Amino acid sequence: MILHPEVIANLLASYAATFMVIYATFYGVQILRRWDIRSGDELQLALERKTYLISTVLTYVFALQLFSIFLYVFTADALCPLFVGAMCAAGTLNVNAFGYPTLLIKILTFMLAGLWLILNHADNQGYDYPLIKKKYSLLAFIVPFMILETILESAYFLGLKADVITSCCGSLFSIEREAGLGFILVSLPERAMAWIFYVSMLCTLTCGIFFYRRGRGGYLYSILSAMMFVVSIISIVSFISPYVYELPTHHCPFCIVMREYHYIGYFLYMLLFTAAVCGIGTGALLPFRGVQSLTPALGIFIRRLAIASTGSYAAFTAIVTCEIASSNLMM
Amino acid sequence: MDYETQMRSPIERQRGIIDFTLSSLMRRKVKNVGLLCLYALIVFILASAIFFTSSIKKEASLILRGTPEIIVQKMAAGRHDLFPLRDMEAVKNVRGVAAVEGRLWGYYFDDRLGANYTLIVPPAARSSAEPSEARPLFWFNAAALEPGTIVIGEGVARVGKLSKGDSIAFTAYDGSTIDLKVADTLSSKSELVSSDLILIGEEDFRKLFDIGKDYATDITVEVKNPREIPTVASKITRVLPDTRPIVRDEILRTYDSIFNWRGGMMIVILSAAILAFVIFAWDKASGLSAEERQEIGILKAVGWETSDVILMKFWEGAIVSLTAYFAGVILAYVHVFLTGSLIFEPALKGWSVLYPHFSLTPFISAEQLITLFFLTVVPYTIATIVPTWRAAIIDPDAAMRQTGE
Repeated sequence: MILHPEVIANLLASYAATFMVIYATFYGVQILRRWDIRSGDELQLALERKTYLISTVLTYVFALQLFSIFLYVFTADALCPLFVGAMCAAGTLNVNAFGYPTLLIKILTFMLAGLWLILNHADNQGYDYPLIKKKYSLLAFIVPFMILETILESAYFLGLKADVITSCCGSLFSIEREAGLGFILVSLPERAMAWIFYVSMLCTLTCGIFFYRRGRGGYLYSILSAMMFVVSIISIVSFISPYVYELPTHHCPFCIVMREYHYIGYFLYMLLFTAAVCGIGTGALLPFRGVQSLTPALGIFIRRLAIASTGSYAAFTAIVTCEIASSNLMM
Repeated sequence: MDYETQMRSPIERQRGIIDFTLSSLMRRKVKNVGLLCLYALIVFILASAIFFTSSIKKEASLILRGTPEIIVQKMAAGRHDLFPLRDMEAVKNVRGVAAVEGRLWGYYFDDRLGANYTLIVPPAARSSAEPSEARPLFWFNAAALEPGTIVIGEGVARVGKLSKGDSIAFTAYDGSTIDLKVADTLSSKSELVSSDLILIGEEDFRKLFDIGKDYATDITVEVKNPREIPTVASKITRVLPDTRPIVRDEILRTYDSIFNWRGGMMIVILSAAILAFVIFAWDKASGLSAEERQEIGILKAVGWETSDVILMKFWEGAIVSLTAYFAGVILAYVHVFLTGSLIFEPALKGWSVLYPHFSLTPFISAEQLITLFFLTVVPYTIATIVPTWRAAIIDPDAAMRQTGE
């Protein structure tokens, strides 16, 4: 374990978020079992009040998760001088087997928390809580992932041991540490990847705008936006980051959030996360368009989600294109 | 109002609620000022610890960048011993080594002042091929260093009240006294490294400690290609098994760990204070005054929903948190970088008689600020969620009936 202020902040955030989600789920399960909107019972009244608490808690968890992804990455970056062979976050996360899995599951829980909030907002549009059971089932689904994330993150940080001078010297000497689970940052050929990125982005944006205007093709847009998230991440690794760093060999997806690159990564990743969560949320809400108490509010909300997602993807593409155009690197 | 117009002005709605929250906060100034001060104090203490440790780490890494790639020490029975110069050839022959140089340095305890000096024989003038961005550890007037004279650091000059032309009496290994004249003092820009430093001529050094001509304290090895450093270091241990090479990165890593540890330790110690603060915040948030209950009751009676009250409470928390957070951060900045961290200096820096006076270069990054945010605002927010909700679900009639009593 490395006693570092940022490590403490990470663990604190993780424990706090998990604690809050478990707390919320405790009441969520009660709602799942006892909810009866027609009843005027005292319990029902109490449960209706609890829904406010749970949605407040989840809103905070969602915000916390978003910040904690970034906190996690730059903690890893801050720790890299402590390990032989680690140049930035990418190396530090590879120090033991739990670094990358934690990051992936962090992204997953963030997305799930975002979906939950979207569902919650949709549910609040109707007077009779039409989606309440679905909402709390989703919450129960999120809990195991949150717990897993906390366990992995603790295992990662507790397992770190700095390579410091030992009394004998005995040091180091390029004893290449066994790479953890290993995580090959796929670096596909730049030119091909750039084509894939721009063509698929064009399709996604067209589909998004089409859905916004005509109200058709929502599921397709949802699937496309989920895929686009993955494609964008791969593109960052493959061809976007080398342009930002102006180094054809540097493909790190983490360094772009650093000070040296004017924190451009924050914008890019936040746009991507927003786009993906809203895009997937669009699809998740489509089946409930027919619910009577939700019309017409839900239809408007879904279209807003779609346009928010499309707008974020468009902004992402615009920033990326600007970066590439203004970069001194020619490939 | 139809649905569309209602949805069109969410910003207006938030603005209205913030406006209301601010005025209601101002109405209860005394209660909130206490909370705000305590909150800002917590942020201030943590921020000071974080700013201090990270800027001293930065300073250490800047200084160490100018040090040799590898230092080789001779070991005898597990202890650091004098390095026989004849072994230098073997090191020079290792492929990848650009230059090898013997160093003479040691510590001298001055019982008159009760202080330890670091004595160094300055290395021979380096070739001009040396990279210019490497910051030299100390600057001095090389011409001033003739036999019988020394150049002293500011710490030495300050504590011993010495200036140019004075002399210091050193007790040599055999008990005899050697008087050395102060020829110059070192530049004050480098006080962190040069405070307790004394530069001394080679002959005087050998006379003082009885070190033969064939020995040096240790040797420095220059390696041109940084990627070869670990390989060169391992080859040196193979050629000279009784030596210990210390690689610059290792020193850097060790300093980093030490200061991380100190910063982390501070936070662990302060966690009791944070916890106390969280309990205080919880208590403040749950103990609604009769006036506040009435206010919420009236708001709900005139049509506010539970979620609106929660929103109002959220803004209240955000306003208090951000005010305290920024006040704490600004105070900490002043404390660490302008007043030289008066309060934490002894705990975080370590101590010695000849402690250098130095001011840290201001260095703040988004990372530090977010870490700080996580350590202060997040616990506060979590502590206030449930009390906030409790306040928000008050029934209007119950609230007003109670206050009527």
